[in-house]
Amino acid sequence: MLLYLIKRVTLGVVIVMLAVTLLFCMIHLVPGDPARILLGPRATPELIASMSARMGLDLPMPVQVLRFFANLLRGDLGMDIITNRPVTEIVFGQLPYTLWLIFTAIVFAALIGIPLGCYSALHRNTLADRITGVVSVACITAPAFVVALCSLLLFAVTLQWFPAVGAGTRGDVADQAVHLVLPAFAIGLSWIGYLARLVRASMLEVMGENHIRTARAYGLPERVVVYRYALKLAVLPTVTVIGVGMGFLLSAALFTEIVFARPGIGKLIYDSIVTRNYPVVMGSVLISTVLFVISTTVSDLVNAWLDPRIRTSL
Amino acid sequence: MSSDVLTVTDLSVHYRTDHGALQALRHVNLDVPRGSIVGVVGESGCGKSTLIASIIRLLAGNAFIPNGRIEFESRNLLDLDEAAMRDLRGNRMSVVFQDPMSTLNPVLTIGRQMTDIQYRRNASRADKQRRAVEMLARVGISDPASRLGQFPHEFSGGMQQRISIAMALQAEPALLIADEPTTALDATLEVQIIHLLKDLQTNIGCSILFISHHLGVIAELCDYVVVMYAGEIVEEGTARDVFHRPAHPYTEKLLQCDPAGIAAKSRSLPTIPGEIPDLVELPAGCIFKNRCGYVMERCDNVVPAWTESAGTHFVSCHRTQT
Repeated sequence: MLLYLIKRVTLGVVIVMLAVTLLFCMIHLVPGDPARILLGPRATPELIASMSARMGLDLPMPVQVLRFFANLLRGDLGMDIITNRPVTEIVFGQLPYTLWLIFTAIVFAALIGIPLGCYSALHRNTLADRITGVVSVACITAPAFVVALCSLLLFAVTLQWFPAVGAGTRGDVADQAVHLVLPAFAIGLSWIGYLARLVRASMLEVMGENHIRTARAYGLPERVVVYRYALKLAVLPTVTVIGVGMGFLLSAALFTEIVFARPGIGKLIYDSIVTRNYPVVMGSVLISTVLFVISTTVSDLVNAWLDPRIRTSL
Repeated sequence: MSSDVLTVTDLSVHYRTDHGALQALRHVNLDVPRGSIVGVVGESGCGKSTLIASIIRLLAGNAFIPNGRIEFESRNLLDLDEAAMRDLRGNRMSVVFQDPMSTLNPVLTIGRQMTDIQYRRNASRADKQRRAVEMLARVGISDPASRLGQFPHEFSGGMQQRISIAMALQAEPALLIADEPTTALDATLEVQIIHLLKDLQTNIGCSILFISHHLGVIAELCDYVVVMYAGEIVEEGTARDVFHRPAHPYTEKLLQCDPAGIAAKSRSLPTIPGEIPDLVELPAGCIFKNRCGYVMERCDNVVPAWTESAGTHFVSCHRTQT
């Protein structure tokens, strides 16, 4: 178990380093010199050169990458070139908004998608199953930003049930919760469909296994057979998918945060790319990558907790 | 109450397929007398598993029963509703299935599974656990109390089959159905399991319907043997009669194919040439004619009658009727 954790953490570090290096290269391929953008159109070449030197942009790229990692070890992600505040402060200030958004979306999707999948599997090939199937696929194919825009128009503008923009007043939990509804719906909708299909498939597989026949041969009530004996196994692939799906959720959050003008990591990445605010881009991508690595590890651990066979092989 | 725990009368089971009804069981008659062990033997695909599934009424969705009665403790199981049937399963009748590695739930502890199936008993959790420990001890699991918290994959195949038997006999059923319980095990374990079943059967006093394609096991364990071929019963009688004086050519060939009975050294094992006939469009006459060495003119279009060959020994073959 301990060995497993060490392996996972090492792997996680490698993934993060690769992602950051890759991003470094990509950023420098994008046209637009941050120093020039920061100083405005009337800046002199000397001023730009000295600004570039201050930001470390004149150094060769490998050196820049190494410097980034060296600073990272000290917990320093650099300074925001516009506000001159530490990047860590900015990123961690925005992180809770995104985490709450993603968490709400996935809980919402799981609470609807998993029971829906179970229902479909147990009523295979009935009308209800077919309708669920069609609706699920429709949900999966709807991109988050389209759902975000449509729900914004329908529920916020036309019906005015929910607020259109922002994340609510700080400290006012009820207000923040109301602001969370539409964005979480936008992200979660495709996941409802996805989870419903996934749970249906794995549930059908598990229900055909021999031990389910055994449980039935002991006259266990169907409710116990399905929800205690089958579901615990059928939910295993779902846990993995949610863990890996964290990456998709983060990118869905990006669009949704833009549409709803919500603060969050996604909005932060978008704004900082537009302004070529590279330290902030680097910082927020780094945190997102770490988040992704953590979530896959957590999903593996949850699987190990649910399935003793995985536990012993760890 | 009749002296039989289970009486199957004229039972047919068909499966709906794209090509028509597959007649997996046809007019099967079978009695399991109280306190006895009845063996059903036959090659794969002869309808053994369908027979079990229809007795416990857990047939696949495309199966249907056009005719027959399955009388268990004087009640026709085919008339019972699902709730009444569920009440019998794991209570008055239980099953030990073929592959022990896959018949136990992999993510629940043995203790949990053994106490869950006692849900009918109005007893405390500790009481149910005590019962589980007692049963595990009876099937020869050492240190049973501490093993309740373990998962199926932490046991060997033989141990898992012992646990399955402990579970099946926990409720002290009137009928235990054993569906090839030793097929997945090696020979040494097979003998152990057979002795265990025999001991428990004597102690608990239940009847056993034992399904196998292993003739040696059937001969060792069973009082009475039923030979099935392609969904029909072709011969039945006491184990002694069937094994020493086989009356049906199929039984004869089965015995010749048993590796344990082969004396002469040879490069290839004997087989029964030919294949099981198409069960959708059944051939006329005797079902075994295409593989039989004694085939006569009559076999082609006349279905052999079920005849007594001697005392309690019955067979359906034209050869015995001449």
